Amino acid sequence: MPNKTAAVQLKRRRISPSKIITYIILSLWAVTTIFPFIWVIINSFKERKYILTQSFALPIGELFTLNNFTETFEKFAVGPAYRNSLIISGTVTIAVIIISGLCAYGMARYNFRGRKILQTLLIASMMFPVFSTIIPVFSMQTKWGIVNNTVPLSWVSVILPQIAGNIAFGTVVLMGYIRSLPIDLEEAAYLEGYGVFRIFFRIIMPLAKPSFATIAIFSFLWSYNDLFTQMFYLRSADYFTITRLLNEISSQSGGTNHGWMAAAVVIVVIPVLVVYVFLQKNIVKGLTAGAIKG
Amino acid sequence: MHNNSMIFKKKTPLLVFLVPAFAFMAVYLFYPFVMNIINSFSDIPSLGASSKGWLDPWYSNYQRLVTDPYMRTAFVNTMLMMLCTIVFQVGIALILAMLVDNIRRGSGFFRTVYFFPIVISATALGLMFNLLFWYDTGPINTILLQFGWDHLVNWKEDHWMFTMFTPVMWQYVGYYFVIIVTGLNNISPDVYEAAEIDGATGMQVVWRIKLPLLYNTLCTCLTLAITGALKVFDLPWTMMPKGIPLEKSWLTGTYMYKYSLGGANNIGYSSAIAIFIVILGVLLSQLANRIFKEKDY
Repeated sequence: MPNKTAAVQLKRRRISPSKIITYIILSLWAVTTIFPFIWVIINSFKERKYILTQSFALPIGELFTLNNFTETFEKFAVGPAYRNSLIISGTVTIAVIIISGLCAYGMARYNFRGRKILQTLLIASMMFPVFSTIIPVFSMQTKWGIVNNTVPLSWVSVILPQIAGNIAFGTVVLMGYIRSLPIDLEEAAYLEGYGVFRIFFRIIMPLAKPSFATIAIFSFLWSYNDLFTQMFYLRSADYFTITRLLNEISSQSGGTNHGWMAAAVVIVVIPVLVVYVFLQKNIVKGLTAGAIKG
Repeated sequence: MHNNSMIFKKKTPLLVFLVPAFAFMAVYLFYPFVMNIINSFSDIPSLGASSKGWLDPWYSNYQRLVTDPYMRTAFVNTMLMMLCTIVFQVGIALILAMLVDNIRRGSGFFRTVYFFPIVISATALGLMFNLLFWYDTGPINTILLQFGWDHLVNWKEDHWMFTMFTPVMWQYVGYYFVIIVTGLNNISPDVYEAAEIDGATGMQVVWRIKLPLLYNTLCTCLTLAITGALKVFDLPWTMMPKGIPLEKSWLTGTYMYKYSLGGANNIGYSSAIAIFIVILGVLLSQLANRIFKEKDY
């Protein structure tokens, strides 16, 4: 918040009707963003037949049940789906950090011919809608034999396109951050006999930690939530991720098993909610940093 | 900005820095993009198969594109989606951001809460809204009955556009909100001080200072809204798969999916729709940039 003069502050401290209206409007929107989630969580603990007949009752007494969850866990491979999601999105995150970190450092610190063109390419890469590349990527990876293959190879078939989709964003955000770092430390290290790679891993990476954290979180969430790519490459239940499984549950419940639907939403939302509560500052900053620079 | 430090005189390490990233992008973005253009003129029997040569006539997918009535539906719906994105997402975000700028207590809380839907997968949100809009006695209908509505609304059939657009709008308000709040925080306190001395009223500060100084931020929002509306897929596909009801709800993204994995198998046509999406995005964002040129202050 900018520092305003004492006079302004004094005036602001009084509770005026306009301030009350402000809070009411802001709270109304907050209710629309929180309430649907609370509703789903509450109803996932209710007997299926009560979800829509008594949708605002609390799950107490005979309404309460854990059946929706036990049934979902029994009928669908929720555990393995968590594992698959963790492996796929974890690998994407680590690869994006390293690859875009290296690229950002090269772009930020070196002078070379063609720098401008590469920078334009980076910005352009952020604009490619996934629709315009997915079919050729699919046939390319089919030729390599990694699509619909054994479990580890099928993971790879999702991981590689997802890495590619996040590199440009990561590089652009990191480039801005690295440029803002003073070069003195690197020069001092160089005089101490550090090579340029040691400088990158030992000095730049620790210094740019907040920026790297933002990119890590964002890549992870993006990969975890990206249904479109997962629909193309994950077609057999063995390698379903959580998001892909959710789509499966939604089509298998035929839109009538409200218990499964509510439980499935909760299963997907809870891990993200936990991550969000702890890391929301980094997440909010990161998404806008990418947007404003792009 | 560029430096001539000794460290960076030797250029060979640059290869290690740049090659992995650009190789990835070349193989997974640039090459497929070019292939996609070629595919849109080719005869491809199925997803993943190689081309059997050029189509005859080579532009027949594009010919189909302009005559296909469902493609027209998808185009109109997408343009409406874009318009609603600009008016409602950016509009609501702007109002909320202006309000938050006037308060001190709780602004962090509102930011956290408003932003939350963006990190949730649109698939989960689609499923959640399926339940909320449920016909007959879903929670939204129940609330409406409480408020004296006289009948249960069949949202997905009779008001499919409202039912499909509202969750998309709702999800991303927080995104533009945070961008606009950042823009407001960048306005120098000196400007407000000067306005205070000149005796400007609250409304004058909004109209004469905040809005004009937000101009560039709003330009960014406009570009993001245009490109964002063209990327929407997960939420509509979860709520209204296959263009239900009666093929009325297609969007360019979901319609493209229909011809690759979504039932109808016509890879060339699917590629042509993808190219159409790209061209539309480039044209409209260029147009917007021409009309609303960013200003230097």
